[in-house]
Amino acid sequence: MTLDPHSLLAILGMAIATYATRIAGLALVGRLSLSPRAQAAFDAIPPAVLVAVIAPSALATGWPDTGAALLAALAATRLPLLGVVAVGVAAVVGLRALL
Amino acid sequence: MSTLSDDARRGFGDIWPAMLAAIPIGLLLGALAAGKGLSPLETMVMSTLVFAGGAQFAAIELWATPAPIGALVFSTLLINARHVLMSASLLPKLQGFSRWQTLAGLYYMADENWALAEKRARTHRLTPAYWFGMVVPFVSCWIATSTLGAVVGAALGDPRRFGADFAFTALFIALVAAFWKGRVTFWTVAAAGAASALTYRFAGPPWHVLVGALCGLAAAWIAAGFAGAAEPAPESAPP
Repeated sequence: MTLDPHSLLAILGMAIATYATRIAGLALVGRLSLSPRAQAAFDAIPPAVLVAVIAPSALATGWPDTGAALLAALAATRLPLLGVVAVGVAAVVGLRALL
Repeated sequence: MSTLSDDARRGFGDIWPAMLAAIPIGLLLGALAAGKGLSPLETMVMSTLVFAGGAQFAAIELWATPAPIGALVFSTLLINARHVLMSASLLPKLQGFSRWQTLAGLYYMADENWALAEKRARTHRLTPAYWFGMVVPFVSCWIATSTLGAVVGAALGDPRRFGADFAFTALFIALVAAFWKGRVTFWTVAAAGAASALTYRFAGPPWHVLVGALCGLAAAWIAAGFAGAAEPAPESAPP
């Protein structure tokens, strides 16, 4: 059970950033009107960030990982969250053993 | 007449399915954190103070020793930016809350309890008892399962052996599918993925997150412009 001071600092930074987004609505109530295009860009933030985080692992690590990412994307069209994770993990283990 | 404990029980009655679904996700987060070298205590502190699933998974993916604080805070800000609009929409419905209850309640506003509160507010007055009846068990469950995952994960050893290092990638792909809104999302994902992979190759981490995300937003803005031409633009309301 260790708590590294540098890690704690990183966690505190993340906590402050998260709370800031959760109370920022206080400053916005009643005066928010985004154009439809700005709204679309705002709505696109979660998928854009998620993809930007995983792209190196999915596209720049090796063929087994890229193949497994494609299979996971296919699974995501019909399976729930955990099913997609199971398909992706099984695929990467199989493909790493084969390729 | 609805009493304090009635409303708290109603909150719990609404949140428990989301809580069950979060149990394996919490275990997975803890196990992956252990794989990156975080201690169970560090994982517990993170889940207690941050409590944001998507941002925590991204943070574990970016985690290194020593922790890249700037990249972690920036990625957390970007992933949680949606909370700004969520809280702006929820706040007018928290009329029965004291200032202190509002500030404490928003600390643990996540996608699930936000959506359930919005749903409840359509037919009932939102009470602090209802809100905290959802939030207290939901947050406790997240802290407990992610800490347990870190304890068990550390005992399991190298996550690469069972492909657990790929679980993030698969999980994020599944999450992207949950945010899917058709053509605009397609261009967002294509631009963010290509830009991030290229930046990672030629400039290295952590810049791939910033460049990839910004290219994805630009693509959404452009794609929505083409879609917007087909339908009349709504009047923007004066403040």
